[in-house]
Amino acid sequence: MRPEQGRPTRGGTDRESDGADAAGEVIPIHTGADVSRVRRVATAAMATIGASKIETTRMVTAASELARNTLEHGGGGEMRIAIVGRMSKRKVEMTFIDQGPGIPDIHRALTDGYSTGGGLGLGLSGAKRLCKEFEIKSAPGEGTIVKVASWTERP
Amino acid sequence: MTHYLEPSRIPIFQIGDCLLLTIQVDLEDRMIMTLKDDLAERIAKSHAKGVLIDISALDVVDSFIGRMLANISAIARILDASTVIVGMRPAVAITLVELGMSLQGVRTALDVDRGMELIRRDTSEEAGRLHEA
Amino acid sequence: MPDSSGSNLPGLLSRYQDRILTDWIAAQSDVGVLRADLMREAEIRRQSRSFLTHLIAATKNGLNFDIESDQWQDVRDMLTEVTNYRVDHGFTPTETATFIMALKQPIFECLRDQFKDDPNTLVNEAWSATVLLDKLGLYTNDIYLRGREDIIQRQQQEMLELSTPVVQLWDRIVALPLIGTLDSSRAQIVMENLLEAVVESKAEIVIIDITGVPTVDTLVAQHLLKTAAAAKLMGAECVISGIRPQIAQTIVHLGVELPQVATKADLQSAFAHALKRTGVTFSSR
Repeated sequence: MRPEQGRPTRGGTDRESDGADAAGEVIPIHTGADVSRVRRVATAAMATIGASKIETTRMVTAASELARNTLEHGGGGEMRIAIVGRMSKRKVEMTFIDQGPGIPDIHRALTDGYSTGGGLGLGLSGAKRLCKEFEIKSAPGEGTIVKVASWTERP
Repeated sequence: MTHYLEPSRIPIFQIGDCLLLTIQVDLEDRMIMTLKDDLAERIAKSHAKGVLIDISALDVVDSFIGRMLANISAIARILDASTVIVGMRPAVAITLVELGMSLQGVRTALDVDRGMELIRRDTSEEAGRLHEA
Repeated sequence: MPDSSGSNLPGLLSRYQDRILTDWIAAQSDVGVLRADLMREAEIRRQSRSFLTHLIAATKNGLNFDIESDQWQDVRDMLTEVTNYRVDHGFTPTETATFIMALKQPIFECLRDQFKDDPNTLVNEAWSATVLLDKLGLYTNDIYLRGREDIIQRQQQEMLELSTPVVQLWDRIVALPLIGTLDSSRAQIVMENLLEAVVESKAEIVIIDITGVPTVDTLVAQHLLKTAAAAKLMGAECVISGIRPQIAQTIVHLGVELPQVATKADLQSAFAHALKRTGVTFSSR
């Protein structure tokens, strides 16, 4: 069995582990500093699978957008990150979960320029463009779950 | 040349009539908000003609940071200073484009020297125009 | 006599080795994989004997169906060698796999003679032989595929490295002559190399010359646009040169606009434009 599979997830309280090991972690998102932490952990995970500079930047930027969404629109929540798959098929998977108001019209929320938070409305649609896999589940009053994944094309 | 250093504050240096700030660390949202306020005040006080923001150490610029950089340059423009963002990394530039941000109205240069050149050219052009008038 | 794993196969293989070998070669001929046109008969005989010897060695301590285990190391090495040899000599992967599977017939015949009066054992042993030889036969297919994949990957890598040179034309001016079709992954690499070159050479103007690009579709146009936009964010300007008339038509037809990019007919005028932009002037004496 691979070391990063099937390990129990640790709570996000031990800040010492920051970035050193990004597999199977839960990062709470409640402040702006947590958004930075999400970026650091995502960077470490992409390094673990041997991603290139641009692959890492894309994924970390997407993580930053999604973490900010969780914080600003979801009223806070958490990010789960894990490395899944075998050998050259390994990928970094991140799931952003909040119990906020939810998104009434996902299709519209994924359109460029749609914004409720006073921004440019690039958060969701931008993150979708930057990741290789993107999945979203949300309903009014039921919170939002966004799951993204990326892998490296490097041999 | 003056500067001040405080925890979680980005130092602003003055070189001639240019303000230079180098972003060395991962930007936390709070820091960039403080920076916006600090910078506006410094431009007004120093009558600086140019602002150089060196982001060569930044490996992530998301839409929020991008928007803040655009905001800073818009504020500076109103205070009659032109802003040049210098040293953006290739991976950051590609990602910003893919994100759908073009940072319209923001000027860019490869490094601090080139940015300084750009600002000098601007101010001398302006001086030239004044002279003609 | 049954071995520790309870199978009679290992014993039978070594006892009837000579007979099995002769019959196997005959069987190869029967099913049409004995390609004397591709390979000398002495070599076919050598490979067959060598495989049988290794098979006996690998099973002498009992039958183990996990052909990835250490016990099967020599057989796997041998199969790798045989498969590669046969690929080089023009055998199809099916022919190579059939070469191994043709061994079933002589083994079944030996089993039939041995267990005429014991149908249960006969069926069990025949089943064991089938499972084992199918695995080994299919293993040659894996080797074949792995070899092909290695070749494809190496060629792709070589092509990508070969095809994106960045040339410094003047202080602050670099050019990237593109040749051949741009697919998505190549366009991606071109973009990354180009932007890295901008940083390294501190280039203010980048000329992308597409004289050697046969077609420009929406995807290529978008990549060019993206590159230009990214270069602009870094403080450099993109110029595209070598746009042939029909490509200009395609670009307009596709509805792609190139607002951030200066376009020039050829490299010469792009270079002249770049010199002017960077403030270089020449005087004639």
